[in-house]
Amino acid sequence: MDGFLDTGLGTTLLIAAQSLLIVAFVMISLLFLVYGDRKVWAAVQMRRGPNVVGPFGLLQSVADALKFVVKEMVIPAGVDRPVFFLAPMLSFVLAILAWAVIPFDSGWVLADINVAILFVFAVSSLEVYGVIMGGWASNSKYAFLGSLRSAAQMISYEVSLGLIIIGIIISTGSMNFSHIVAAQDGNWGLFNWYWLPHLPMVVLFFISALAETNRPPFDLPEAESELVAGFMVEYSSTPYLLFMAGEYIAIFLMCALISLLFFGGWLSPIPGIADGWWWMVAKMWFFFFLFAMVKAIVPRYRYDQLMRIGWKVFLPLSLGWVVLVAFLAKFEILGTFWARWTLGG
Amino acid sequence: MSVADIAFYAFAVVTVVAGLMLTISRNPVHSVLWMILSFLGAAGLMVLMGAEFVAMLVMIVYVGAVAVLFLFVVMMLDVDFAALKGEISRAMPLALLIGVVLIIQISLGIGAWVEADGALGLRDAPAPHGVDNARALGLILYDKYGFLFQIAGLILLVAMIGAILLTLRHRKDIKRQNVLQQMWRDPAKAMELKDVKPGQGL
Repeated sequence: MDGFLDTGLGTTLLIAAQSLLIVAFVMISLLFLVYGDRKVWAAVQMRRGPNVVGPFGLLQSVADALKFVVKEMVIPAGVDRPVFFLAPMLSFVLAILAWAVIPFDSGWVLADINVAILFVFAVSSLEVYGVIMGGWASNSKYAFLGSLRSAAQMISYEVSLGLIIIGIIISTGSMNFSHIVAAQDGNWGLFNWYWLPHLPMVVLFFISALAETNRPPFDLPEAESELVAGFMVEYSSTPYLLFMAGEYIAIFLMCALISLLFFGGWLSPIPGIADGWWWMVAKMWFFFFLFAMVKAIVPRYRYDQLMRIGWKVFLPLSLGWVVLVAFLAKFEILGTFWARWTLGG
Repeated sequence: MSVADIAFYAFAVVTVVAGLMLTISRNPVHSVLWMILSFLGAAGLMVLMGAEFVAMLVMIVYVGAVAVLFLFVVMMLDVDFAALKGEISRAMPLALLIGVVLIIQISLGIGAWVEADGALGLRDAPAPHGVDNARALGLILYDKYGFLFQIAGLILLVAMIGAILLTLRHRKDIKRQNVLQQMWRDPAKAMELKDVKPGQGL
């Protein structure tokens, strides 16, 4: 068995099986994330939420997915067919692709590459193409305006996300997620994690993640009151389902990123309790809960204010923080508080 | 054939085919999309060669930012394809001539190319053992050539300031949003509540 796994075919099968496992995890999470999302809004708005399909409505997402798959696909006249169908597939595939480098426990990662953060960043910068292609190929003004908004917004907030991540990289001295989590290990439990030395950036990262994934209060691309549903207006049936699923998976990925970068990944918050993948999953769910709460309680931004806050507030703040952290880490202010790389991670 | 070989051929074929489709596809937006695919194939080849840092930078900078700009511009263009095709057939002989001249030049250049002593050795060992290529690039850029790197950055900064200066114009005839003023507005002063009696009006 060991010998077989070293051969070319064995390696291929092993990688395929691991990929399948990750996709299964993401897809099953997705079903319950959508359900949880709707339940949280319902609770905030004092409604019951989905409660008909299955116990407590737990199978509502399965029913919805089935409904989308068997519905009739409406293709508007004048669409650019190849691009029209490529766009939802692209946004779905790219959303899943980034999970290849996300570790769930020490060593539990499909591709343990040394530029893992850059990979996630590159893939999420590709996700903008799904949006642009969908909006352009639909041959509709609403869709095109929505895609323009979305693309401008995603590109703007990627800049500040990238700068915040650079601060973490400077602290750790590595771009590998496993090293970043290992650098947050220590005797003080949750006070060893990066949220404390990088405290202002946690807030900025969370808000930028909201904007990057087009979540409320920054869901201007699909602002119902102006653009109906933004770049997805002309989509129906399975292509729409793929867009929707891609969006949720991207949000879940952002939750994983926040857990890994600032909240210790699979490390236990209290010293003495065993570390493990359950902490990672629990943290991801917790941050998804925060995303859902933000959607329920915060009103939508105006588009010019969104752009202003991205370029004139977040960008200077995160850029200044990079310079500050570079200084603090280089001269080892407060010992290893910022300069975790001196610990030999 | 190992997995890496298969991956190499897949990426190579994707890059070349996408490059070909970029030139022959009718729709300019499709051309840009093929170009993006070609970039991605090139990034994959770089990963296979062990230059994963450069590959990721290509994906982030070229695919994620520069190509998006291209795509925006091309989508906004209102091009008359029929007229464009007529132009192309008229310019075809000249284009072919230029192509032939270029091919002759390149083949002459490659034919006369001699590898310098030690170039092969340098190519075999780009980074010291045990140093990943992000760190190796950082050491070269920021330690060995730190001064030159700073000067390059300065030149880019000057160019950027120049570009902004050339295109900046302050229009006086449009309405502007003063965000701070809007945020500090006091609702008590901005609104006046009137109690309107039924049937009377103001």
